[in-house]
This record gives sequence, C-alpha cells and structure tokens, in this order.
Amino acid sequence: MSFEQFIFYVLAAIAIISGLMMITVKNPVKAALWLVLAFISTAGLWIMAQAEFLGLVLILVYVGAVMVLFLFVVMMLDINMAILKEGFTRYLPIGALAAIAIFALMYMVVGPEHFGLDKIAAPAAKPADYSNTTEIAIPLYTEHAYAFILAAVLLLVGIVAAIALTLRRRPSGTVLYQNIEKQNRTEKSERLEMVKMDAVVEQPAAEDKEEEKK
Amino acid sequence: MIALSDYLLFGAVLFMISMAGIFLNRKNVIVLLMSIELLLLAVNTNLVAFSHYLNDVTGQIFVFFILTVAAAEAAIGLAIIVLVFRNRKSINVDDLDSLKG
Repeated sequence: MSFEQFIFYVLAAIAIISGLMMITVKNPVKAALWLVLAFISTAGLWIMAQAEFLGLVLILVYVGAVMVLFLFVVMMLDINMAILKEGFTRYLPIGALAAIAIFALMYMVVGPEHFGLDKIAAPAAKPADYSNTTEIAIPLYTEHAYAFILAAVLLLVGIVAAIALTLRRRPSGTVLYQNIEKQNRTEKSERLEMVKMDAVVEQPAAEDKEEEKK
Repeated sequence: MIALSDYLLFGAVLFMISMAGIFLNRKNVIVLLMSIELLLLAVNTNLVAFSHYLNDVTGQIFVFFILTVAAAEAAIGLAIIVLVFRNRKSINVDDLDSLKG
C-alpha cells in the first residue's frame, strides 16, 4: 500500500465513522460537530483528487458558515431530546437493511469491476505550476457565466426568503414602527396648524427708570 | 494508486449512511437536514472524482453550483425550522400534522 493510498483510506475512514456518529448521537450539537469532521476529511479527499479550490471552499463555506448556522439554530431551539429519539431502534433494522441492500447494488455498478484502475487509469500528475482555481474560473466566467449570475440571484433570493420568514412583526401599540409611505404622503395641513393669538407688546419702561436712578 | 472505484464506493457509503440517517432520525428535523447535507456531499464527491479521472473540469463547476444551491437550501430550511418552532413549540415531525396528510 502506497503512502497516497494510506492517506486516502485514513481520510475515508474518518469521514465514514463521523457520518455514522452523526446519525446515531442523541445531542444535535454533537451531531453537527461530527458532520463538521466528515466535511473536513472529505475536503481532504477532494484535495487529493486535485480539486483544491473546491476542497477549500467546502471548508470555508460549509464548516465556516453553514454548520455555524446549524449550531446557532440548535442553540436557539429548546428541544426535548428524549421524545425525539423515540422509535430510533424501531427503524434501525429497516434503515440498515435498505442501506446495505442499496449499497450492494451500487457496488455492482460502480465497484472495481467497472471503474477499477485497469478500466480507467489514474490521470498523470499535474505540473507544479498548475492552478486548479484558474482552471475552474475560465469556464465559469465564460461558458457558464449565465449560470453563475443565476446562482448569485439564487443566493440573494435565499437571503430575502430567510429574512422574510423569520422577521417577526409585533402587534401595533407595543412597538412603534416607521411608516415611510405615510411620511412621504403627508401634507402641510396634517403637520402645520395656524393659531391666532394676541400680539404681546414689550414694555421697556421699567428698565429705563432703573437707569435713570443710577 | 487510487482507483476511481475507491472514490465512487466512498461516495456510495456516505450516501447510504445519510440515507439510513433519514430513516433513523425521523422525528428530529435538524438531523434530517444534516443528513441531506451529507447526501449532497456524497454526490459531490462522485462529481469531483469523475472530473479528476476524466480530465474534465465541468464536473467541478457542477459541484460549485451544487454547493451554492445547498447553502441557500440550508438557510431557508433552518429559517422554516425556526418559524415552526416559534409557532408550535416543537420540531417533532409527528406534531406537524395540521394538514392531516
């Protein structure tokens, strides 16, 4: 077994074990942390397949953003774990059976018989100055530019949807809100009131008398 | 050398684990969402492996877009969970039966 294979199998074993732990632990915080470990070791496997950019993006975006979001939500919700884990053992046999059966089918299709080294040879190693990022960027900004813009719009829609869903409007009276439309539509008659009142005449006489005494 | 089938089988194992996770954690919506994330990761691993072995970068671009969609999906899914919890004080899937489906 070469060193490369050794690294591959270690990373794959870590990812698989942490995946198994994720679906079996009781605490969702621990499940999220096991999922982080699975993501990191899979990112290592992607980097071994010379997809360096995506491997790093997986760590930055998934571990850094999405999983932190998961942890935030888990902490915000007050969840009763005992109820949620009911029926775990009831579904264990059927879940394991379905998983093993489908894996056996998949092994027949994608196993070494069809995709082994003798069928598809490993590609030659890339030169030292090869840049995976450039290689992705050129088709991304030319051939797939439309899809790229669409993905940006999708993320914007995601932001708007997430905020619109979780925005809480309190009942009026408890909190004051600024109604910009109403502010713009306002007229002089609503804000300005003309009051008639008598003129006040100043009387500088008292001051003059005091000066005369001096 | 690592064969393509190694990557594909690794992806298949991850896929099966997350599928079993959906079977087992049928009550906890958060773990269901995490299982879906792992499912997408397994699929992405296949795409990256094929892109490497067939010397075609399109597979990696595909993975890039899947990551984008998955991030948006996770954000909206979590927003829905927060909303459900605020209204029903529970995220147990069995409690969410207003539609009587």
